[in-house]
Amino acid sequence: MVNEMNLEEYKGVFVFAQQVDNELSSIALELVGKGKDLAKDLGTEVTAVLIGSGVKDLCTELAEYGADRIILVDDPELKEYRTEPYAHALAEVIKTYKPEIMLIGATAIGRDLGPRVSARIHTGLTADCTQLDIGDFPINPIPGKEQKHNQLLMTRPAFGGNTIATIACPEFRPQMATVRPGVMQKAPRVEGAQAVIEEFNPGFVPDHKYVEILKIVKAVSDVEDIMDAKILVSGGRGVGSPENFKLLEDLAAAIGGTVSCSRAVVDAGWKPKALQVGQTGKTVRPHVYFAIGISGAIQHLAGMEESDIIIAINKDETAPIFDVADYGVVGDLNKIVPVLTEKIKEARANK
Amino acid sequence: MKIVVCIKQVPDTKGGVKFNPDGTLDRSAMLAIMNPDDKAGLEAALRLKDQYGAEVTVITMGLPKAEDVLREALAMGADKGILVTDRVLGGADTWATSQTLAGAIRNLDYDLIITGRQAIDGDTAQVGPQLSEHLNIPVISYAQKIEIDGDSVIVERQYDDRYHVLKAKMPCLITALAELNEPRYMTPGGIFDAYDAEITVWGRANLVDTLDSNLGLKGSPTQIAKASDKVRKGAGEKVSLDPTESVDYIMDKLLTKHVI
Repeated sequence: MVNEMNLEEYKGVFVFAQQVDNELSSIALELVGKGKDLAKDLGTEVTAVLIGSGVKDLCTELAEYGADRIILVDDPELKEYRTEPYAHALAEVIKTYKPEIMLIGATAIGRDLGPRVSARIHTGLTADCTQLDIGDFPINPIPGKEQKHNQLLMTRPAFGGNTIATIACPEFRPQMATVRPGVMQKAPRVEGAQAVIEEFNPGFVPDHKYVEILKIVKAVSDVEDIMDAKILVSGGRGVGSPENFKLLEDLAAAIGGTVSCSRAVVDAGWKPKALQVGQTGKTVRPHVYFAIGISGAIQHLAGMEESDIIIAINKDETAPIFDVADYGVVGDLNKIVPVLTEKIKEARANK
Repeated sequence: MKIVVCIKQVPDTKGGVKFNPDGTLDRSAMLAIMNPDDKAGLEAALRLKDQYGAEVTVITMGLPKAEDVLREALAMGADKGILVTDRVLGGADTWATSQTLAGAIRNLDYDLIITGRQAIDGDTAQVGPQLSEHLNIPVISYAQKIEIDGDSVIVERQYDDRYHVLKAKMPCLITALAELNEPRYMTPGGIFDAYDAEITVWGRANLVDTLDSNLGLKGSPTQIAKASDKVRKGAGEKVSLDPTESVDYIMDKLLTKHVI
């Protein structure tokens, strides 16, 4: 491979600190947390790259969640996310600061920004990672082939969650990955923690690649973020009808949980996409996950199997959801769920 | 107007995947289909053709049998099909794939390039934006609605909690979501014509301004360190009881685990 890069020049773990409407997205702090672990393994620091307009205030939060350094690109052109000015900002940060690792959230923003930037700077990008480690490549030594150390090993599901692949990027820098939201853990917040802040502005000259935003339409909904819920009461096609979700809503209210659903329910138009768990929905890891009338397609399992306790209720005893459930109950949800709700209310009232 | 649609032949992962004894994917045991997001992209192009008049060219990179998805696209109403196939292109990651497609598309005149957001085998969503970068044109990802306005496109671009209405000058690349539309069926006449239609086949020699060092496995910055079957968390308990006992069983677990 023709490669003029001097890999030794590239140092440090960088994370893209995604913000929307001048609020940090959860993934920004998750990446700072994971970046800190990787930086520790490499004996280096974690740097957050904060891009936006009037976003300097967010540096405090990034520092308190563990960023050692923040590179701030603040410019009026960056008020709303648009591919080109953001790609320009991040690509110039990479060219100037030369990180060895660059992590980006696998969000609707990051999955556009990441590939555009990786193509511009000519490096590899691994999509939707669910695990990141520092290790050797090849993993086991192969005679006649150099085994490189301190490589970023990026693990991700493929083929709709049927397989797992671990990818490396040994010859190019930075090693870039987009990371599934909700998978990595934030570090504990340390009040008053400080980070070094460096302001950087590569200049923004609009050209044909700058698209114009004619209108911004925000979804009017007060749906809770299912990724933050400690208890999820999740329903599938087996619930039978949108009206019957009332049973799940009552159970959620009694136990202090939030309702979520499978893809089939969203496709049927019973619930909004924001509540969908799975490969094309959200990855969740609540303390308790109730899977009610969910058969457990592999794409669904990929989004919830890291939950601490999985309780499944399904009529079909061969449903694949039982393969991952800690407690599986074969039975009719219509008969079980309402009684369960009442029992939980009683138990809580008696405490 | 000239529209290029990039499509991919993928194994249908819905019914689970099959493996060969050596652990590689057994593609022959699985149905090969046109990737769903790409089909939505093709449908979007055909609707623009119906509405404004356009020439729609479909292009795919793959094995010779990927010709099947080109014929399907022609039967749906596309005008031309191009197959990019060559042994040296095998094993490409998204960087090398987007380089290959860029090299092929540089042969064509186009106002609009439409790709699917992502393929169901790799699920990366990277090739569209990478291709737009190599061609130095704007990209609009995650399109849920596409309209033409003179020399520009107006696109609804989906985000998690909102959408932006964006305007970009053509040429431009758009990545389509499967939710964009309900793709049409092939027509009997279309199938008949598509069977006889000429498919253009290009190899390495047809790629314009493309370095060998950017192609195939050797031109791929990412390398597979390990691939394995997903190890699933093992099944726990499973009980079959009457409804009252079922409730008692769940209550017992919730109480002993201190959930309530």
